[in-house]
Amino acid sequence: MTFDVSGLILAALVLVPAILVVAGRNLVHSVLWLGVVLIATAAVYVRLAAPFVAAVQVLLYAGGVLVLLVFGVMLTRRVEGSHVPASRASPLRGLAVAVPLFVLLVQAIATTPEIGPPAAQVAVTDVGQALFTDFVLAFEVLGVLLLAGMVGAIVIARRRDPGQAGEGA
Amino acid sequence: MSLSSWLILASALFCVGVYGLLTRRDAIGLLLSLELMVNGAGVALVAFSWAHAARFGQVFALFAMALTVVEVGAGLSLLILLNRIRRDTSVDAIRELQG
Repeated sequence: MTFDVSGLILAALVLVPAILVVAGRNLVHSVLWLGVVLIATAAVYVRLAAPFVAAVQVLLYAGGVLVLLVFGVMLTRRVEGSHVPASRASPLRGLAVAVPLFVLLVQAIATTPEIGPPAAQVAVTDVGQALFTDFVLAFEVLGVLLLAGMVGAIVIARRRDPGQAGEGA
Repeated sequence: MSLSSWLILASALFCVGVYGLLTRRDAIGLLLSLELMVNGAGVALVAFSWAHAARFGQVFALFAMALTVVEVGAGLSLLILLNRIRRDTSVDAIRELQG
């Protein structure tokens, strides 16, 4: 289990905003700290020789999910100025589960034999070929799922006019 | 940084998400914590893929990302509908189906 300075800086860039996401009092601030976490995770992916995953992370998560969450916050809370208060339960029940879970995971990681740093890296072309040959079924089903998710989200959240009698499914 | 160092980072990120999932009462806070958990799992997947020089971890991380996008979209649409029906989106207050 080795550490180096740049890796520790990356880890701090990921974990400190993550703690601010869950422990913040302002909901809008939490969403924005999540944006920092997502971009820092993309930096971790670049460090782990996965540049395509990092690019998709920035596009999809930081550019898509974050915008969705910001819209969600703005549409569902009465925003007085910019202070949207977040409601929280007592931190004790969260710590009582999260800390033992972390200890358990670290113990499991520490007691398994180390796999050394690899010699060769996975090229982006290999990932692309895998997506279109070995995993093509999952890839296509994912496309259908995305379509279903979009249509479902629109159907769930649309306004239903009270005067339409014959509106069917 | 070796594989176990990255896995500890992934576990820490996941556990911060678990803490948030158990502590936050507003629905968007739950979605934020779920995002942290899925990102923790993604870091673990890509770390294993890096250590083994295998493709599967990265491919699975990409699938997990797309699935999370669908999940957040569906969750937010439900949240908007819920907000239209009642003002308070605290998940503890939704008790219509309770026993």
